[in-house]
Amino acid sequence: MEEKINKIDKELLGEISNLENIPKGAYNIRKNGKGIERKVTENINIVTKTDKPGIDIYVKENTKFEFIHIPVIITESGLKDLVYNDFHIGKNANVIIVAGCGIHNDHHKDSEHDGIHRFYLEEGAKVRYIEKHYGEGSGDGKRILNPVTEVYLKAGSSLEMESSQIKGVDSTIRETKGELEENTNFVVSEKIMTHGKQFAKTIFDVQLNGENASTHVTSRSVATEDSEQFFVSKIYGNNKCFAHSECDAIIKDNAKVTATPEITANNVEANLIHEAAIGKIAGEQLIKLMTLGLSEKEAEEEIIKGFLR
Amino acid sequence: MLLQLKDICFERENRKILDNINLDIDLGKFVAITGPNGSGKSTLAKIIMGIEKPDSGKVILNGKDITKLPIDERAKLGISFAFQQPVKFKGITIYDLLKMAAQKQITKKEACETLSKVGLCAKEYVDREVNGSLSGGELKRIEIATVALRGAKLTIFDEPEAGIDLWSFNNLIQVFENMSEIIKGTTIIISHQERILNIADEVILMKAGKIQEIGTSKQILEKTIGNTTCCKINNALK
Ligand SMILES: Nc1ncnc2c1ncn2[C@@H]1O[C@H](COP(=O)(O)OP(=O)(O)O)[C@@H](O)[C@H]1O
Ligand SMILES: [Mg+2]
Repeated sequence: MEEKINKIDKELLGEISNLENIPKGAYNIRKNGKGIERKVTENINIVTKTDKPGIDIYVKENTKFEFIHIPVIITESGLKDLVYNDFHIGKNANVIIVAGCGIHNDHHKDSEHDGIHRFYLEEGAKVRYIEKHYGEGSGDGKRILNPVTEVYLKAGSSLEMESSQIKGVDSTIRETKGELEENTNFVVSEKIMTHGKQFAKTIFDVQLNGENASTHVTSRSVATEDSEQFFVSKIYGNNKCFAHSECDAIIKDNAKVTATPEITANNVEANLIHEAAIGKIAGEQLIKLMTLGLSEKEAEEEIIKGFLR
Repeated sequence: MLLQLKDICFERENRKILDNINLDIDLGKFVAITGPNGSGKSTLAKIIMGIEKPDSGKVILNGKDITKLPIDERAKLGISFAFQQPVKFKGITIYDLLKMAAQKQITKKEACETLSKVGLCAKEYVDREVNGSLSGGELKRIEIATVALRGAKLTIFDEPEAGIDLWSFNNLIQVFENMSEIIKGTTIIISHQERILNIADEVILMKAGKIQEIGTSKQILEKTIGNTTCCKINNALK
């Protein structure tokens, strides 16, 4: 077993999923383009795709409060990993899915992981989806992550997605799409922090097709040094529905942030709101924390830590 | 002598906002500063905290010249400041802020005890964010709690009563009347409220960037307006 989980792997797994040990519930661990550990449960089956790289995850109807972990780690410089993961969530099932990708690149070739995640929720299903992206390593090879998330919500189902990318990813283009039937709810909260010459772009595209579909998209980001971020959000209200999207960014140094909100109402009962704010850390926030004895640097760190919580 | 201000001048846009201020404050005193809006009270407080730097003059704490020290170093020397307009944050909770104020690990229970002392039902608040969802009065109390937790040698409150409705104000007054329980050390409180002035050891009256008068609350109130109705102070001085 040459593919055993070593120390670097463990640390990467810890960063993206807070997993010190093998997780409870079902899991599939992918390392350098190959699945290396898998466990299924009575209610959750994981099957390797035969037509392309990736897995199908089947959750039986009425499954209650089970965990599914599908972490990906890349430690091989120069690897470009593309994977398709499809989640089929049965009626009224309620599960927590923890995904994420950690790249450790000590060399000068680019390492890339493009994960295409599709979620098919049957009537009344509920999913909480947590995704963390993290990069590290001393090499000048880039660490690139381009996730695509597609969410298909049948009547009465809901999905809550939390994504975060705080450190070490040089380039990312994140696309998130949703198609919502009646009485569904899609909540997205995204946290991004970029440094150096990093680049991050996120694109949301949500179609509110059913009556009483609703979505809430929140993006909090911090762009520092020479990094660049783009936030694009397109929401279409095609029925009596509700949408709220907000983009809130802190910029520092020479960073650039562009927010492009787009809301389209194709129905007179659609209620769509977008808020966007970009600015540097408020001087009065720094001053307040400094009056408590924090140095300017410590104050800034606390403000950012809170902001990205 | 805890604090000495020597010949402090602060001028902006050709206006003397502080015009040669000299002031000594003794250790352990409870001193109130009053005077009309725009007379320079907040500016004076900010100069003591280091948020503004005077054009000339010296700020001396415990015999040490701190005029050039930045805010955080003054905080470490034992100066604490409650803002007239409390600052709001995104994502920082009341508990976070209280922990930072205490400069040590405090338990939620300790945080709650401090919040109770400023009249906030602690359990409901401790995990809330210090953001715009809190009312002005709530933010003011949290501001006072952060300052109280620091246990500084010198604590400055800038109009703690501002933005607080009358009902809450009565509670808040009790907080200050029991101040010795919360804050040990010297207190400077900027206020227009007679009840606050009454509990001060001395009251400093400012007008147009100058110290006009120092005395007891009775002396100041009688001299300036001839009666002691607090709400009339401002109008009379304008
Ligand atoms: N940095 C500044 N630049 C210009 N004007 C200022 C500045 N700081 C204070 N002032 C002005 O100085 C005056 C005194 O302000 P302040 O100290 O806030 O008064 P008070 O607290 O007594 O109401 C006000 O007219 C205010 O607008
Ligand atoms: Mg003022």
